[in-house]
Amino acid sequence: MIAIIDYDAGNIRSVEKALAFLGENPVVTRDAAEILGADGVILPGVGAFGDAMQKLQAYGLDETVRTCVDRNMPFLGICLGLQLLFEGSEESPGVEGLHVLDGRIVKIPSEGGLKVPHIGWNSLQFPNRGRLFENLNENPYVYFVHSFYLQAADESIVTATADYGVQIHASVEKGNLFACQFHPEKSSDVGMQILMNFIKAVRG
Amino acid sequence: MYTKRVIPCLDVKDGRVVKCVNFLNPRDAGEPAEVAAAYDREGADELVFLDINASADSRATQLEWVRRVAGKVFIPFTVGGGIRTVDDFKAILREGADKIAVNSAAIMNPRLISDAAEKFGSQCVVVAIDAKRRADNSGWNIFKNGGRVDMEMDAVEWAARAERLGAGEILLTSMDGDGTKDGYDLELTRAVTKSVNIPVIASGGAGKLEHFYDALENAGAEAVLAASLFHYGELEIRQVKEYLRSRGVSVRL
Repeated sequence: MIAIIDYDAGNIRSVEKALAFLGENPVVTRDAAEILGADGVILPGVGAFGDAMQKLQAYGLDETVRTCVDRNMPFLGICLGLQLLFEGSEESPGVEGLHVLDGRIVKIPSEGGLKVPHIGWNSLQFPNRGRLFENLNENPYVYFVHSFYLQAADESIVTATADYGVQIHASVEKGNLFACQFHPEKSSDVGMQILMNFIKAVRG
Repeated sequence: MYTKRVIPCLDVKDGRVVKCVNFLNPRDAGEPAEVAAAYDREGADELVFLDINASADSRATQLEWVRRVAGKVFIPFTVGGGIRTVDDFKAILREGADKIAVNSAAIMNPRLISDAAEKFGSQCVVVAIDAKRRADNSGWNIFKNGGRVDMEMDAVEWAARAERLGAGEILLTSMDGDGTKDGYDLELTRAVTKSVNIPVIASGGAGKLEHFYDALENAGAEAVLAASLFHYGELEIRQVKEYLRSRGVSVRL
């Protein structure tokens, strides 16, 4: 069973529906015991970094996420759910992230005629092909919606990048901890394959 | 590589997709989730659904088909038609829609744009504009109520104001072009894309492959929308995208 962490973030239903489409029966919850008892955990998210951290803390979910990671449970952060795993974000100066991974979230520069937020389909490159991207062709397209992006401190955990004026670290993998900046739940067949790959990791 | 988008538009009435030969004579064209899934398979980048008779009474019907689409199609989709309040936004987004298009309601109450953007984020607030060239050719006016009421407000100014209020995207329909198949109104599209920094979806007038190219490459649109052309199979989405790629436009294929 996969637990989707409910902390009032926006895209929870889409993630739930995509998993249901793939034959899973996910539970949307903010109950620590239920999350820690799951086979896999998803941290979704749309919105602002500071608000999201505040909500995670208010529900005591920051500790729950750290425990999931400590136990090496299959864990997938999506969009803001990726960003929250790192040290902090230029979006909310002074707010500490969950910091289970090293790196910072910085603003996408608006020079060069590229619009911010980065909304739409962009292709991925795979510097190290991670388990999330098995059974996919080179440079598949996925759907992004974000204004801030990851610069991971340790590039060896970066499994996908995207080019948008800057090089965006689009996905990371460390042990059973996965995260992607883009939205697999809105990325058509490619996204479904990525979620299937996560489900595979959950099933071990 | 970042891509330009090709978006089919579906008109929905009483929970069914309809093809409008003219506004008075809609013909049933299927179940929204089925039609949406077919467009996804053909390579549509996003979908726009416009509920053409949405009212308070039909809200439940609307939520029902939105839920079905979201359970079956995993590309971003926008819902428009009859959305008047932040609570309407919330209800539709909860069912799995990604963006909400507002037109008349935003004209009558521009705060709806800022309230919704603050609450749900700019990325889900699409301001739809129906624009028609003024008789003296000095620019374009915006119309509300499905193009029936001239607001005597300038379309380019309204688009810029919508951006300042927090709109994340402009869905720009040329009423002069709509249904003609003579091409998008490039002058209008260019005027708006130059005055805002948010993406503009060009709509109204597509009839040939070149028209899509012109709106994207010569008028600065980020996305192109068409309805009847795709419904009637006169052009296929894949065909449009292959054409665009052959002319050097980056698209998802």
